[in-house]
Amino acid sequence: MSEIPTDLKYTDEHEWVRREDSGTLVVGLTDYAQEQLGDLVYVDTPEVGASFAAGDVCAVVESVKAASDVYSPAGGEVVAVNENLDDAPELISNDPYGDGWLFELAPEDAAEWEDLLAPDQYEELLDSGA
Amino acid sequence: MPAKATPLRDQHRACGGRLVEFAGWELPLHYGSQVAEHHAVRRAAGVFDVSHLALTMVSGRGAKSYLRRLLANDVDRLGKRIAGLYTCLLNDSGCVIDDLIAYRLADERYRVVSNAATAESVHARMKKIARAFPVTLVPEEERVTLAVQGPQAMETGSAAATTVLGGEFASKLAALKPFNAMESRGFLAARTGYTGEDGFEIYLDAATGQALWQALLEAEVAPCGLGARDTLRLEAGLCLYGQDMDDSVTPLHCGLKWTVAMDPPQRDFLGRRALEQLADSENLPAFKGLVLKKRGMLRAGQTVRTPHGPGVVTSGGYSPTMGASIGLARVPRGAYADCEVEIRGVGVTCAVVKPPFVRRGRILVDAHGDSES
Repeated sequence: MSEIPTDLKYTDEHEWVRREDSGTLVVGLTDYAQEQLGDLVYVDTPEVGASFAAGDVCAVVESVKAASDVYSPAGGEVVAVNENLDDAPELISNDPYGDGWLFELAPEDAAEWEDLLAPDQYEELLDSGA
Repeated sequence: MPAKATPLRDQHRACGGRLVEFAGWELPLHYGSQVAEHHAVRRAAGVFDVSHLALTMVSGRGAKSYLRRLLANDVDRLGKRIAGLYTCLLNDSGCVIDDLIAYRLADERYRVVSNAATAESVHARMKKIARAFPVTLVPEEERVTLAVQGPQAMETGSAAATTVLGGEFASKLAALKPFNAMESRGFLAARTGYTGEDGFEIYLDAATGQALWQALLEAEVAPCGLGARDTLRLEAGLCLYGQDMDDSVTPLHCGLKWTVAMDPPQRDFLGRRALEQLADSENLPAFKGLVLKKRGMLRAGQTVRTPHGPGVVTSGGYSPTMGASIGLARVPRGAYADCEVEIRGVGVTCAVVKPPFVRRGRILVDAHGDSES
């Protein structure tokens, strides 16, 4: 069974989002997502300073199997990326909710946080087989 | 239609296999880590359940002349040996319906092993051509095919097989040259494979196959899934039907000219005339290996830019042995050492090399992607 921490929010694209005290959003892939992807071999992270709308493709995660797009969970500007993933994409598999984070976003509209899935909603999504 | 199961499905589940649907079959993608399975085959030994491959027994006094008409390679090359021949089955335009191995078991008995995804079109083609020959075609179902591959396959693997198959299995197998085979008490074992490593493939009944799978696992031969099978064959520079070739290209378009037997000239195999016309063409593409020089990932379908015009990546992915991304590509002929592949709109430099990339555990192209001279 996949781990779903209760202090995070989620998207239906199997990403997790954590809101920092500063209001920025840290984004990563869920345990379920990394399990589905298999061995990860390359992560194409966004540039710091790049802006995205909610739902834009902002990163690509490649496993031995296939490439998988990562979508921005909210509109905003990228303020940090996890550069450790350049040499160690397996951090996502080993620690999806910690060292395997992808990027940090300064959201344009703080209200978009409310649109994200709560942990129990994400669990329902997984149970429904999506 | 529900996916078909091989006789080993429960055993895959029992050892952690992640089953997925592939070509209408439920098959293991991996058993935890595709990359670990890949390394197991390059460094020790692994076993693949390839029971989804389609088996057809061809028998009768017309068996040999039938296959000499049907296949682009010439089973006459096998002589009196029990052995396998890698070949394409072509349509009248010389394009590839499937790639397959034809095993000669006896003068009037052959086994054809073809891909699962193409089973219907292959069977239809085989049946149609068979009308003109005194042959019987019998599809073989509910059987097990295992591929045991790796530098220790012929020691650990064949020793474990001897405990199940008895007799002098290991020593008899060791005496066979590559592509030769032996048949005994219902099984066929051949020195063939799809990984670039030493090893064997074995065809047996379901119950013996289940016992052999278990014996191999107990001997610590690693169970390996479709994922590792794909990265291993890519490193070995071996074509995959449906990716590197299909019924829109000929063997001359995918580096398989060596499998087409144009001699003797009077052998009128299917697709011969189309290939003869093509052979004079100067526009035939080359089939090359690519090594990505920077970070990123080659994938099938990406556009290749060369000094002589565009080409296409037919297979691409990650090479666990090289720690780099590699691919096979159909590109214009010409002498050029580099090309660019368009990855998400950006041109990335690749070295152009001659496959295979890896064979018998050894990297044959250097880390910068330049061919060894």
